[in-house]
Amino acid sequence: MIVGLIYVCGVSAIIFVFSIFYFVWREGAPFLYDCFDFKSFFTSPEWYPTSVGNKRYGILALLAGTGSVTIVAMLIAVPFSLGTAIFIAEFCGKKTKEGLKIVIELLAAIPSVVWGFIGLMVMNPIIVKLTGAAIGLNALNAGIIVGLMSVPIIVSIAEDSIRAVPDGYIEAAEALGATRWQTVYKVILPAAKNGLLAAILLGVGRAVGETMAVLMATGHSINVPFSAEFPYFHALDSVRTLTATIAAELGEAPRLDAGPGGIFPPEGRHYQVLFVIGIVLFAITFFINITADLIVKGIRNKQ
Amino acid sequence: MSLIRAWSSYKLAEVCIIAATCLTLTGCGGSEKKTATPEKVVIATSGSDTMVNLAQMWAEEYQKVNPAVTVEVAGGGSGVGIRDLIQGVITIANTSREMESAEREQAKQKTGKEPVEFVVAYDALAIYANMKNPIDTITMDDLAGIYGENGPIEKWSQLGIDMKAIEANDEIVRISRQNSSGTYAYFREHVLNKKDFKMGSKDMSGSKDVVELVTKTAGAIGYSGMGYHTDHVKFVKVAAKKGEPGYEPSLDNVLSKKYPLARSLLMFTLGQPDTTTKAYIDWILSPAGQEIVKKSGYVPVANVKK
Repeated sequence: MIVGLIYVCGVSAIIFVFSIFYFVWREGAPFLYDCFDFKSFFTSPEWYPTSVGNKRYGILALLAGTGSVTIVAMLIAVPFSLGTAIFIAEFCGKKTKEGLKIVIELLAAIPSVVWGFIGLMVMNPIIVKLTGAAIGLNALNAGIIVGLMSVPIIVSIAEDSIRAVPDGYIEAAEALGATRWQTVYKVILPAAKNGLLAAILLGVGRAVGETMAVLMATGHSINVPFSAEFPYFHALDSVRTLTATIAAELGEAPRLDAGPGGIFPPEGRHYQVLFVIGIVLFAITFFINITADLIVKGIRNKQ
Repeated sequence: MSLIRAWSSYKLAEVCIIAATCLTLTGCGGSEKKTATPEKVVIATSGSDTMVNLAQMWAEEYQKVNPAVTVEVAGGGSGVGIRDLIQGVITIANTSREMESAEREQAKQKTGKEPVEFVVAYDALAIYANMKNPIDTITMDDLAGIYGENGPIEKWSQLGIDMKAIEANDEIVRISRQNSSGTYAYFREHVLNKKDFKMGSKDMSGSKDVVELVTKTAGAIGYSGMGYHTDHVKFVKVAAKKGEPGYEPSLDNVLSKKYPLARSLLMFTLGQPDTTTKAYIDWILSPAGQEIVKKSGYVPVANVKK
């Protein structure tokens, strides 16, 4: 009986994931069958799901928005987190280590709406003042916020993988007369490489999935912040992410049933296409997590 | 932020309905006891974000007038209100736009009842600019040029406004609403002639968010209900055509129809309202209810003759 119960608990996660995927798929499927145009969906920046005469469903700008926020976030989070992880695992004393770990965990406990509020009220005027941009709600602002949000997850996994490096490696390096820095740079980092990569990937997953903070800090503006000429990437452009679009629009998009002949009214497409975005997001995070998983497995097999 | 409010208030409305059902159920069970307290009646309303403050004030004031009736108010947007009404979750939908024919059709199909409309107040869609911005008047064509797809106006200098004087960026920061809002639909219909918005506007999820962002951003322009005006942001006068005088969204200018962007704020019920609901709507339309309209910054309908 108890074994059965534990078994059910064990597989419940699988059941949840599949039923969530089924639900998202079921809501988005009519759009995929009836009016999904692969090319324009992924290559057009024109997102007009509620237009009166000319509804257009292009998510390129939203993908670019998610991408730009993630890039900025990782540029900030990766050096900081890896540095912190190395410091915690190798350089600092026991007391500092405990203190630092608690503070970093505290960073993870700040709700995302609070982060968004910081972006809106604190970062916005600072960015305007420093850069002279017309408005401080942009990819840079959201990137910094999301970067700080993904620090705890990257630090904790990176630190684990650094600590998993066998002591023998480190002792051998020290016996050969390597300095502490040489040990870290030449021995520990290469040995923990896969774990660190997995940590970064999970950080990316966190950045892609973040919603409330980016809704408040990006300016929520349909815009592709990349260009073919120098400087290629405009971090001071306002953008809009996939997740924020769903959050802002789903509440008021009507879920309409099919009329006679199984034809859906055009007003109901908005709701469905938002679920298709959900499927895209699902695919992205699934891909990232699987890759991270395979990399982590890679280390285990080698050891 | 208003998004969370909308969601939580939506949840709140659900909870209230469940609570109300429980109340009536227990009320039935204990009816033999003949307790002195009269049964509480709940009128659930939801809808327009523009009207949420006004509706809240009505609800609070009505509690004093008729303590037996509790009015629950939720925001979410005109679309949410209409959807809730069709699903039977609420009694009254507050909307800042007309019901679309598809929505009327759906309501009739699902409930067999015709939605009934009540005009409860007038609102002017105000154009807001930052206090530092020297702009005074804007024409409807300029607004379309700023907000409309393929509209040519991107810089304040194109409107003859020198932003260097106030040390701000020349770029016009367009603040708009999310594409499912009633205010967005109204602006698209009356300013852009049903054409689409230009991409790249900052799309806020609440009427108040628009005004707040304009207050903080020197080069911003935004549109929102006139009731959201504060002392830290200014109205831009709107002229119907170039060369014509511009008007502020004031009580007189809305009533005299001089202000080009005035609209009705509506309440919808499914079929003719029952006695309790009817009494509430009648009270809203009475001088007492309309006084609150005036207080919250909108334009009353009842004393039009004044």
